[in-house]
Amino acid sequence: MAAGNAYVLLEDGSRFDGLACGAPTYAVGEVVFTTGMSGYQESVSDPSFAGQLLTFTYPHIGNYGVSGEAMESQSIWAKAAIMRAACDFEDSPGAERGWLSWLADCGVPGISDVDTRALVRHIRQEGSMRGGLFPGEMDGARAMELIAAEPPMQGRDLARVVSPGEVSELAAARNGHGTGHGPLIAVLDTGVKSSIVRKLTERGARVRLHPCTSSPQELLEGDPDAVLLGNGPGDPAALDYVVETVRGVLGVKPVWGICLGHQMLCRALGLSTFKLPFGHRGANHPVKDLSTGRVEITSQNHGFAVLGPDGGELIDSDEPVRWETDFGAALLSHVNLYDRTVEGLTLLDVPGGSVQYHPEAGPGPHDSVHFFDRMLSSLA
Amino acid sequence: MPKRTDIKKILIIGSGPIVIGQAAEFDYSGVQACRVLRAEGYEIVLVNSNPATIMTDPEVADATYVEPLLPGPVAQVIERERPDALLPTLGGQTALNLAKALKDDGTLERFGVELIGADYDAITCAEDRELFRTAMELAGLRMPASAIATSLDQALASVEDLGLPCIVRPAFTLGGRGGGIARTAQQFREIVARGLEASPIGQVLLDQSVLGWGEFELEVMRDKADNVVIVCSIENIDPMGVHTGDSVTVAPQQTLTDSLYQRIRDQAIAVIRAVGVETGGSNVQFAVNPDTEEILVIEMNPRVSRSSALASKATGFPIAKIAARLAVGYLLEEIDNDITGVTPAAFEPTLDYVVVKWPRFAFEKFPGATPSLSTHMKSVGEAMAIGRTFAQAFAKAMRSRELDKPPCLGSLSDEALLESLSTPAPDRYEAIFELLGRGRGIEEIQRQSAIDPWFLREMKALALNPQGPFSGQRTFKSVDTCAAEFPARTPYHYSSFERPAHGGPVENEVQRGDRPSVMILGAGPNRIGQGIEFDYCCVHAAMTVRELDMDAVMVNCNPETVSTDYDTSDRLYFEPLTLEDVLGVVEVEKPHGVIVQFGGQTPLKLAAGLEQAGVPLLGTSVEAIDLAEDRGRFGALLQRLGYQAPPYATATSTQQALDCAQQVGYPLLVRPSYVLGGRAMEIVYSRDGLADYLRREVDDEQRNTIYLDRFLEDAVEVDVDALCDGAEVWIGGIMQHVEEAGVHSGDSACVLPPHSLGEEMLEQIRAATRGIALEIGVVGLINVQYAIHHGQLYVIEANPRASRTVPFVSKAVGLPLAKLACQIMLGRRIADLGLPRQREGLGFGDHVSVKEAVMPFDRFDGADAVLGPEMRSTGEVMGIARDFPTAFAKAQAAAGVPLPASGTAFISVTDSDKSGAVAIAQLVHDAGFAIVATRGTAEAITRMGVPVTPLNKIGEGSPHVVDWIERGDVDLVVNTPTGSGARSDGWEIRNAATRRGIPCLTTLAAGISAARAIARAGTAGEPEVLCLQRLHDQRGNRAGVA
Ligand SMILES: Nc1ncnc2c1ncn2[C@@H]1O[C@H](COP(=O)(O)OP(=O)(O)O)[C@@H](O)[C@H]1O
Ligand SMILES: Nc1ncnc2c1ncn2[C@@H]1O[C@H](COP(=O)(O)OP(=O)(O)O)[C@@H](O)[C@H]1O
Ligand SMILES: [Mg+2]
Ligand SMILES: [Mg+2]
Repeated sequence: MAAGNAYVLLEDGSRFDGLACGAPTYAVGEVVFTTGMSGYQESVSDPSFAGQLLTFTYPHIGNYGVSGEAMESQSIWAKAAIMRAACDFEDSPGAERGWLSWLADCGVPGISDVDTRALVRHIRQEGSMRGGLFPGEMDGARAMELIAAEPPMQGRDLARVVSPGEVSELAAARNGHGTGHGPLIAVLDTGVKSSIVRKLTERGARVRLHPCTSSPQELLEGDPDAVLLGNGPGDPAALDYVVETVRGVLGVKPVWGICLGHQMLCRALGLSTFKLPFGHRGANHPVKDLSTGRVEITSQNHGFAVLGPDGGELIDSDEPVRWETDFGAALLSHVNLYDRTVEGLTLLDVPGGSVQYHPEAGPGPHDSVHFFDRMLSSLA
Repeated sequence: MPKRTDIKKILIIGSGPIVIGQAAEFDYSGVQACRVLRAEGYEIVLVNSNPATIMTDPEVADATYVEPLLPGPVAQVIERERPDALLPTLGGQTALNLAKALKDDGTLERFGVELIGADYDAITCAEDRELFRTAMELAGLRMPASAIATSLDQALASVEDLGLPCIVRPAFTLGGRGGGIARTAQQFREIVARGLEASPIGQVLLDQSVLGWGEFELEVMRDKADNVVIVCSIENIDPMGVHTGDSVTVAPQQTLTDSLYQRIRDQAIAVIRAVGVETGGSNVQFAVNPDTEEILVIEMNPRVSRSSALASKATGFPIAKIAARLAVGYLLEEIDNDITGVTPAAFEPTLDYVVVKWPRFAFEKFPGATPSLSTHMKSVGEAMAIGRTFAQAFAKAMRSRELDKPPCLGSLSDEALLESLSTPAPDRYEAIFELLGRGRGIEEIQRQSAIDPWFLREMKALALNPQGPFSGQRTFKSVDTCAAEFPARTPYHYSSFERPAHGGPVENEVQRGDRPSVMILGAGPNRIGQGIEFDYCCVHAAMTVRELDMDAVMVNCNPETVSTDYDTSDRLYFEPLTLEDVLGVVEVEKPHGVIVQFGGQTPLKLAAGLEQAGVPLLGTSVEAIDLAEDRGRFGALLQRLGYQAPPYATATSTQQALDCAQQVGYPLLVRPSYVLGGRAMEIVYSRDGLADYLRREVDDEQRNTIYLDRFLEDAVEVDVDALCDGAEVWIGGIMQHVEEAGVHSGDSACVLPPHSLGEEMLEQIRAATRGIALEIGVVGLINVQYAIHHGQLYVIEANPRASRTVPFVSKAVGLPLAKLACQIMLGRRIADLGLPRQREGLGFGDHVSVKEAVMPFDRFDGADAVLGPEMRSTGEVMGIARDFPTAFAKAQAAAGVPLPASGTAFISVTDSDKSGAVAIAQLVHDAGFAIVATRGTAEAITRMGVPVTPLNKIGEGSPHVVDWIERGDVDLVVNTPTGSGARSDGWEIRNAATRRGIPCLTTLAAGISAARAIARAGTAGEPEVLCLQRLHDQRGNRAGVA
């Protein structure tokens, strides 16, 4: 494709130029970055990126094409891909399409040849903010209007956007050690990744996906063995209706949460969440399991995090401290060793627990997959 | 868990001389380990035979022993120092094997020394391929099908099922020495035989071939709480079949999907756990079939390695430093990431740039050796480049190699080029570029080379538009381990070309403070003739600049070295050493001055260009450099001063050369002007000899200048390193070579103080050196080489720069010459340095130091193992003792060919050497040796009444001398060449000896020294080990040197 010029404009007026690729259109939203060095397709198809323009810090994107296997959902959710260098070939083994032509077909714009490191350093210093990706022709003032028209991420409910219309059920994977009569897990689908569902069905569980607007009664239909609150986009503080649902099932069934699910569970317990300056997105964050002392390298993708009961953003203890919540005691189970934010909780008086990181990986290291064994074995 | 307090004193073993497969990376890791452990309050005892290392600087350890890395001497050190622990994982294979030996022979137990870093079982499991395979199988990991053989028959039986091609690998050898790829039954027999011999335990492993699969390396770190991180993934662009050390590699991996990469990551972690490396770093190699996604484990190294040095420089994660702290009990999460200062070392670096490593080869120096790459490492150095894109990094790395002359393939047909790709050679990428340039397709090149199309496409773009990656504005980015997620504290930079933001300039990350900075230009990739010695000098320059309160700025592209450790300088620029790249750095640094004297010829070549660009150079001026390097001007200078030089002439054509040869007179030393390290330098004895040389080496078209010097036969060669501030000269060291002139100074053993020069001659040498240094106008270091012929002093050459011998001299005399020179270049005067004037150039105290060169012949089958005017050594060792013979013996032992205490000596010399041969015979006979000799030599020896058995020359039929050597019936060979008749008897003898690792002395002088050393050892027994710090203190005052 003959690449015309394009540019990234941030709401503070800073501008980064490059070459247009992918779909010939513009996109506005929150500009964020991920530091993972591989897994570009998993990232853009992760519903948690809804409403966001994704900057890849790794310079070469598209090297091994795209394939059905790597999808984390039915479609691309990131609004645009911002890259230093991008390629479009499908001759690598296992590739079904070229990366850029796939973006184009899905109507998602991209930009390459951008000094992404300069952009990322700017976001790191100023915090992630709204911005857009625009074709070179579009004049700056018009572009700025479009950005201003975009609601800020804070207070934004994007779960509704990505959540399915109705309930669907997935059987245990045949290769899973399940007999097909494995536990039934009701997943509150605020944009859950395929990897999470796969990790459950691989382990013999049956999975029922519920719209995020489901009531506790709907969730509990068919007497599931546990409820899993999945990952998803947007601000957890905007999801009081979900939090209400969670309060309705806490104590009734074991409740587990991942990422946004962890934030919603914590809000249901009476804790609050806050917006991180530029989020955690990547595949190299060290997380310490306070009960075992083990450090795991985790996959991360979140812009908000949970505050301690004292309202503190940082945890200084290296012990699994006890927190009193609306649902009894909880143990702080995990801490992020980069910035000492909360990474996980274990409930003591009602069954359940949650982690902020992505134990299912996809993309990222597998150090934490045992989370799913912990969850499922607790049901047996 | 905090650090261990039950151990106080730690013994660290270095890796010894630079050899192929074990280079400067172990100085880098060793230095890091010593520094960090001392900072933790441990007392460090260090043993390393290589004087050209920073690690053996007296400041780096509490007690330093420059001794042979053999169980005997190291056991002595242990007995004397009584360390609590031995850390063996920083000195490469050498240290690991030595640690094993010391454990096996009970030394460690006897003195209660604990192995830390990697325990005995882990080492054994990783090194013994059979145990390793079992461990892998237990862990559910797969390896290529294989069999182990301890005999040729066993091997032939196994290859039935494994099939050909088949990979043959000797157990326990460095860099795959003695192994190879057998494609035919014939090759198979040869390689197996060679491999069984090369292996210290006489064992070879036969692997089913996975040639053409992708090759990947992961650098893994584990702490004792079993936390594991992957520091870096490295993809070999050259697929399986080319040793990782010879492969062009890229970090991070480029072609694997996330899911496949994560599976490999899981396996790497499984490997380090299965082998049981409790703490520290390991390197795990995988073969990956891109189509089936099969993953096979190839090997793991339970220690820091060449790749971990590369990974450290590529990511900013200092593996050796952290491995050392893990070894004393820390956990990854307890160690800070220096670069961010705010995050722990328990994480995985993420890159927002691409790193490419290119190997540097030296086949041209080994005529007869076939320049093909295989499982057996042959490169002598490497260059690394960092770019924001693969193309930027690849192109930078390519030019960082500084090839003497780039291969010209233009004349070859497409077919020939394509064909050549199926058996990789050093110029394979030039071939690929040539083909791509001619418009040949990626598919066919991929079919031939099995290189991933992603790389080939990038190369195609580069071939069609070499400037492509360098459009946009030049700027400097930082290596920060975290892709800018956190601010970087450590200024470790690389240049990049970026598209400027709309209307603005590109962001530049260099924070240039306002202190004046001094730029030090490094030596680039190691190569024969320009090795670690020059990096040593650059590091000392950086230290000095910092001591004088200025910012030291290092520019270099060699990932192995201490100079490219971000701790060494105030700002590090990882850049090629070309004029353009260096000027790029000058632009941001605006340096107070640039130092070009310490990095060997590499920076010196840039001096003129830099000066023209108005860059302030420190020390000796460009004009003065030219005065020393231009033969005509230098000749005139010597005449003015009234010093003799060998008669010489220069010619620009074959005819002219033949003509002026007459006036100069035979024998002649001939060489083309453009060369380094004595490249293509030969001694010719007649007109025919010269004509033949000119036919081979000189192309009249190019009209290169040819130098013809009268060759001074049987001359004693002397090397001098001196300091000059323009007004005054101080002689640092006078070294007498053991071999006579004609053996390149870099290849000959040398002695300080000289063992057979009278005070009068020494005075002459001092006077000449003073005269030359002042007349040239040297400010800093100068190296002058002399030959003493029939009692007359001749000047061979003067190099107005740090020389190869500076580290050796510094250690021998206990004064840091490079630091002193740097102070002078920054304006201090010799008078202010308070240097001792007594016995100038002879060192202090009562010890003798011998430097011996280490030759790589055993890696280049087919190359003649004889010394000559062309330098071919890769490294050096030092032997220190109270007397010359003992020091010489130590040096020989350290160089890997210990002199025998008893046995049979074989002597065969040219007629002119016969009388000397008799002296040798006498000495070794008295030491209890049996003597065998070829007829002529035997006669001479019998005449003097020394018993000797005559042997057949090869021509005279079996059993002849080579049979004897092959049978292992000879323990010492003295053989001086009878002229350069290729494949002569001498050639066969010397190669048989090298193959069997028998000391082989190819000059009379060396022969006599060896004989004296053997005699001395006979009476004195095992030489005592000496502590460098004590030797230096003996002569008290450090002459006021920082
Ligand atoms: N089974 C095999 N098939 C093809 N090439 C191989 C095989 N095993 C090893 N090699 C090649 O040989 C090189 C050296 O083998 P390796 O086991 O790493 O020995 P070393 O200890 O010398 O590094 C590897 O880098 C790889 O390129
Ligand atoms: N005229 C000569 N007579 C004898 N040997 C010589 C003569 N010139 C040079 N050599 C030998 O050749 C070696 C290399 O020559 P040199 O001029 O030092 O080249 P390089 O610049 O490579 O060091 C010297 O170390 C010396 O042993
Ligand atoms: Mg290897
Ligand atoms: Mg020389």
